[in-house]
Amino acid sequence: MDLLNAIFVKPFADMVAAPDFLLQVLWEGLVAGVLYALIALGFVLIYKSSRIFNFAQGIMVVFAALTLIGFHEHGVPALLAVPLTLAVMFILAVAIERVVLRPLVNQPDIILFMATIGITLFLIGFGEIIFGGENKVMITEELLIPTGSYTFEPFGGFVSIEQKDLTAVVGAVVLVVVLLVFLNRSKMGRAIRALGDDHQAALSVGISLSTIWVLVWFIAGVIALATGIVWGARAGVSFALEVIAYKALPVLMLGGLESVSGAIIGGIAIGVLEKLFEIYWGQPLLGGNTETWFAFVLALIVLLFRPQGLFGERIIERV
Amino acid sequence: MQKQGRNEVETGRDDPTRPLRGHPPLKGEGNAAPPILSVNNIEVIYDHVILVLKGVSLTVPQGGITALLGANGAGKTTTLKAISNLLHGERGEVTKGTIVFAGEQVQARSPNELVRRGCIQVMEGRHCFGHLSVEDNLLTGAFTRRDGNAAIRADLDLVYEYFPRLKVRRTSQAGYTSGGEQQMTAIGRALMSRPKMILLDEPSMGLAPQLVEEIFEIVRKLNEEQGVSFLLAEQNTNIALRYAKYGYILESGRIVLDGAAEALRRNEDVKEFYLGVGGEGRKSFRDVKHYKRRKRWLS
Ligand SMILES: Nc1ncnc2c1ncn2[C@@H]1O[C@H](COP(=O)(O)OP(=O)(O)O)[C@@H](O)[C@H]1O
Ligand SMILES: [Mg+2]
Repeated sequence: MDLLNAIFVKPFADMVAAPDFLLQVLWEGLVAGVLYALIALGFVLIYKSSRIFNFAQGIMVVFAALTLIGFHEHGVPALLAVPLTLAVMFILAVAIERVVLRPLVNQPDIILFMATIGITLFLIGFGEIIFGGENKVMITEELLIPTGSYTFEPFGGFVSIEQKDLTAVVGAVVLVVVLLVFLNRSKMGRAIRALGDDHQAALSVGISLSTIWVLVWFIAGVIALATGIVWGARAGVSFALEVIAYKALPVLMLGGLESVSGAIIGGIAIGVLEKLFEIYWGQPLLGGNTETWFAFVLALIVLLFRPQGLFGERIIERV
Repeated sequence: MQKQGRNEVETGRDDPTRPLRGHPPLKGEGNAAPPILSVNNIEVIYDHVILVLKGVSLTVPQGGITALLGANGAGKTTTLKAISNLLHGERGEVTKGTIVFAGEQVQARSPNELVRRGCIQVMEGRHCFGHLSVEDNLLTGAFTRRDGNAAIRADLDLVYEYFPRLKVRRTSQAGYTSGGEQQMTAIGRALMSRPKMILLDEPSMGLAPQLVEEIFEIVRKLNEEQGVSFLLAEQNTNIALRYAKYGYILESGRIVLDGAAEALRRNEDVKEFYLGVGGEGRKSFRDVKHYKRRKRWLS
C-alpha cells in the first residue's frame, strides 16, 4: 500500500504542492532534452543520407570543443576561434568523405559502421596528441555567454534559471530551426531528404553523393561544436564528454533513425521525462542516479509496442 | 569544350569504333542529323562475373525517339544504366566498348556529370521521392543547374504546362499519388535538369492503357517542342513503335534486329513475337534461331 502510494499518489501530490519546484525540474529537463535532440539530429542527418550509424558523433563533440579551446589557448580571440573551429570541422568532413566514405561506398552498412568506430579511435588518439589528455575549461565568458542567473517567484515560490542554460536552449532552438528551414527550403536540404528517400533515384537526377556527404558530416560537426560549447560550459571538456552522444541512442530508438521531428520531440521528451522520474520517483524510491538508465528502459518499453519508433517515418507501401 | 565535341561527332564517321550495326540513313526519315548518343559494342558485367550485355550497339539521332525493345530480362535497363552510369551503384561495369554522348566519351563519367551534360535517366518503376511533395520532387531535378532560381521557376511552370495534373497535386506527398502521376512526376523531374536526352525506362509499366497513351503523347510533344531526344526502353512494343522513329530489339543481351519503326511494325517476326499478330507465310522457327520461343506478352 505504501509502495503504491509512493508510486502513484505522492509524486503527483508533491508536484501540485510545490509547482515552483516542478517548474525548475521541467526547465532542467528541457535544457538536457534540447541537447539530446541536437545530437540525435546529427545522427539522423547522417543516417538518412548515407545509412551510416555514426558512432563518431560523440568524439566529434569533444574534438570540436577541444579545438575551440586549443585555438583560444594559442591566443586566437574566442569569437575568431569559432569560425576557425568550424573550418577545422569542415576539413574533417572532407577528409572523412575522401578517405573513409568514398572508398567504402557500396560496402555493407556494417563495414561503414565499423569505419566510424575507426574514426572515433583515430580522433581520440589524434586529439590526445594535439590537445593532451587533461580536462579543459570551456571558454564560456570569452564567448560572451552570460553566466549569471535569473530568478522568478511564481506561485509564491522560487525558480532559478541559469543564463548559461537559457543561452543553450535558445542557441539549440535557433540551430534546429535553421536546420529545419535548410532541409525544407534549400536545394541542398531537398537533396539530403531525397537521398534519404531513394538513393538510386537521387543519383539518377544527378545529386552528387560526395557533396551531400561532406555537407551532412559538416552539419554534424557544427552540431558537435554547439553541443560541445554548451555541455562544456556546464561540465568542463574532457574525453569522457564523449558519452553524452550515447544519450542520443534512446532518443533515436524512440524517434526513429530517419525522422527529424522524431529526434527533436524524442530528445526533449527524454530530457524532461528522465528528470521528472529522477526527482519524483528515482530519488525517493530507488536511491537516485536513474538518469543513466531511465531513457534506455523507456525506449525499450516503447519499442516493444512500436518497433519503428514513436515517430518513425511512415513507410509508404504503395508503388 | 562544346566545339571540340562537335568536331568529334563530325569526324566520327570514319571512326573504327563506330557501331557495327547502326543507324543507316533511311529514306525520308530525316536521319542526317549526327547522333546525340552512340553506344558502340558494349559489354556489361555484374558482380565481376555475370555477363549481361554481350556487345550492344545502338545510336540515337539528335532529336530522335528511339525504342529499345525486348522481353523482361533482355538487358534494356542494363543498357540504359550503362549509359547513365547508374550501373556503378549496382556493382555493374562496362568492360568493353564505348559510349559517346554529344560527341564525348562518357563511360567514366558519374551520373552527376552526365546529367550536367544533358543526359538523364527516368528509372523503371518511377522512383519518386515518396516523402517529398510533388513540387519538391520536380525541384530535385534541378540539382545540377547553375542558372539561378528564376530560370528554374520558369521551367517548373513549363513542366506544369505539360503535366497540368502535377500542378493540382503539387503539395501532395509523391508517395501517395497514383502510378500515372508518379510517372509524370518522374518525367517532369528529369525535365527540370534541362536535358538534351532522356533515357526513359518502361514508362508504360503498370499503367492503364489510356494513361500510357497520355504519357507517350507528352513524350512526343516534348520531343517536338523541346527538342529532347529519347531512348525508350519498352516491353510494350506496340505503343513504343508507334511513337518511336527507329527501334532496336534486344534479346539476352544482344541486339537481334533493328530498323525504322515502320519497317519493324511490318516485319513478320516482330509481328509474331513482339506484337502478337501471327503473320501468314512467315518463316519457320528454325530460320529465326535468334528468337526464342516465348509466350506473347502483348496484344
Ligand atoms: N544488379 C544486378 N546484378 C546481377 N544481375 C543483374 C542485375 N541487374 C540485372 N541483372 C540481370 O541482367 C539481366 C538483364 O536485366 P535488365 O537489364 O534489368 O533487363 P530488362 O530491363 O530488359 O528487363 C537479367 O538477367 C537480370 O537478372
Ligand atoms: Mg528493365
